Amino acid sequence: MKLVSFHLMPYRPLDLAAAAKHRSAWVVLPNNLYDPVKGAEEYESHIDALVYAEALGFDAIGVNEHHQTAYGLMPAPNLIAGALIQRTKRVQIAILGRALPLVNNPVYIAEEFAMLDNLSKGRIIAGFVRGIGSEYHASGANPYFSHQRFHEAHDLIIRAWTEPGPFAFDGDHFNLRYVNLWPRPYQAPHPPVWIPSQGSSETVAWASHPDRKYPFLVTFSSADLVARYHNTYRDKAREYGYEAAPGQLGWACPIYVAETDERARAEAGRAVETLFNDFLRQTFEMLMPPGYTSMASMKNFIANRRALGNVGRLTAEALIDSGTALIGSPKTVLAGIEKMRDRTGFGILVALLQFGILSDALTRRNMETFAAEIMPKLRD
Amino acid sequence: MSAETTSLNIRGVTVKLHRCGRGPALLFLHGAGGVPQWLPFFDALAEHYEVLVPEHPGFGGSDDPPWITSIPDLAMFYLDLVEEAGLDGIHLIGNSLGGWLAAEILVRDRARFRSLVQLAPAGIRVKGVPCGDNFIWGPEEALRNLYHDQGFADRILATAPTEAQLDVMLRNRFTVAKFGWQPRWFDPDLEKWLHRIKLPALVVWGEDDKIMPPAFAALWRERLPDARLVMVEACGHLPHVEHAALVAGHVRDFIEGVAR
Repeated sequence: MKLVSFHLMPYRPLDLAAAAKHRSAWVVLPNNLYDPVKGAEEYESHIDALVYAEALGFDAIGVNEHHQTAYGLMPAPNLIAGALIQRTKRVQIAILGRALPLVNNPVYIAEEFAMLDNLSKGRIIAGFVRGIGSEYHASGANPYFSHQRFHEAHDLIIRAWTEPGPFAFDGDHFNLRYVNLWPRPYQAPHPPVWIPSQGSSETVAWASHPDRKYPFLVTFSSADLVARYHNTYRDKAREYGYEAAPGQLGWACPIYVAETDERARAEAGRAVETLFNDFLRQTFEMLMPPGYTSMASMKNFIANRRALGNVGRLTAEALIDSGTALIGSPKTVLAGIEKMRDRTGFGILVALLQFGILSDALTRRNMETFAAEIMPKLRD
Repeated sequence: MSAETTSLNIRGVTVKLHRCGRGPALLFLHGAGGVPQWLPFFDALAEHYEVLVPEHPGFGGSDDPPWITSIPDLAMFYLDLVEEAGLDGIHLIGNSLGGWLAAEILVRDRARFRSLVQLAPAGIRVKGVPCGDNFIWGPEEALRNLYHDQGFADRILATAPTEAQLDVMLRNRFTVAKFGWQPRWFDPDLEKWLHRIKLPALVVWGEDDKIMPPAFAALWRERLPDARLVMVEACGHLPHVEHAALVAGHVRDFIEGVAR
């Protein structure tokens, strides 16, 4: 099992009561709720936590991109990756990922990743995402063209990494007379590409295609949904005529381990509730701007939402029961991971070991306990 | 009066068309909401004109060809449409997105058109005066922000839409995003060519428009070479819905007085 210690870098000092008065913790949350003095401390703490993961034996450390939100302070995750490279020697650094459709020249993303790959002498994992719906409100990028721009940007970046330059790129959305990367990526043919996703069938079919076989990471879903998406990927791979390897299936999940279930819940319960209820709080219109998914997917999403009704605040108990978060004793957490492994054969665990308002001290202890009690059991 | 619904096939694209009345052609270009129903405003005008209300490609019951990706594309398509349908001497009316479309048509080719009525059109902007963000509003909020008189919203909210209506609303919303998301509700190249619209024009704007700011009205009057402006009191973004008789009267006076 490949183990990634992943971080969202939330702004924990957020005044949650003040934030609750606004439509969302994204896009429209007034930035006078951000205090740069506290924020600077947050960056330092969060980077320290990621760096510590190397000493604890994780295979990779991970960051990601979100814009205009207290949920994550990394609108430019590659800047954080640059800092992490300087403070680590061995771990891979996974940027999960850069949102391709939001930029007007994807060559800049190809260049950034190539730079990081050289700076780290080949330790970079390049995640490609479309960005969640709110990103289209924040950036102004048109969600209607999100899929087209993603695929075209992807093709351009892969060509930029692998084809001798200069060459011209003629697309519908991107047109460039000269594509000629200096530097080229350190890894050959290019850094591994991972696809974090919330499970759209279009993305599964695309990622699992034999030309790509990109590892597919399911993020923030109930255990049943994670299993379903993993197995959709497996089925799709079989349709293509091959068997998906464990390293093609990833699960990104908030995890907290302590001596006992009771203690784990007492220490992390409120933190995981703030992640899902306060930091992740977005309206339907923000999550699902028109055209962001196919019409059929959006209708499914609307129908599911209607079936669920108004669920109100998610409790830690509900999040644990549904397997959306793994919180408990080493035995409990390990059982949750092993159960998923039995169901899907997944081989990449992206562990979110700090989440919501979880403090530095508890985060550190969580990481240490995970490394001592869980990690050895997952080594194949 | 009852409207007839037919369809046109233009370059392989089927366009649903509602029509009613006899007389000079009056072509109404709908806004982001499409044509959910035949309006009293259309009836009032159908007493004097042949009122033609097409559903734009990508909306309602019309086809959605992938090669129409912008309002300028749609404008070129409509020039094909009026030519192939043999329409001439057309009085053109546009509301919101349809007003933007009307202007894009006329800056390209006004030969078949006699006059222009703009009802709170999109298409140009005043820097520093943002439009209402109907993409971030929830459904009820978006509906309420269309009207000054909340009675209109209340009546619509009182009846749950059917599945078929919900499908059309979703489809329309996708198309509206395609055309209007970025830049939001305007074409940076439109304003500088508005002087090409050498036709009598009437601009109508609700004083309480929460989507297209009333501050935009003066810019339209300034840029169109021959325009007069009517501001409507106690009125939101759909003057022809909220004040159907009043606005139909203005339109008729305008067409009879200036443009006929």
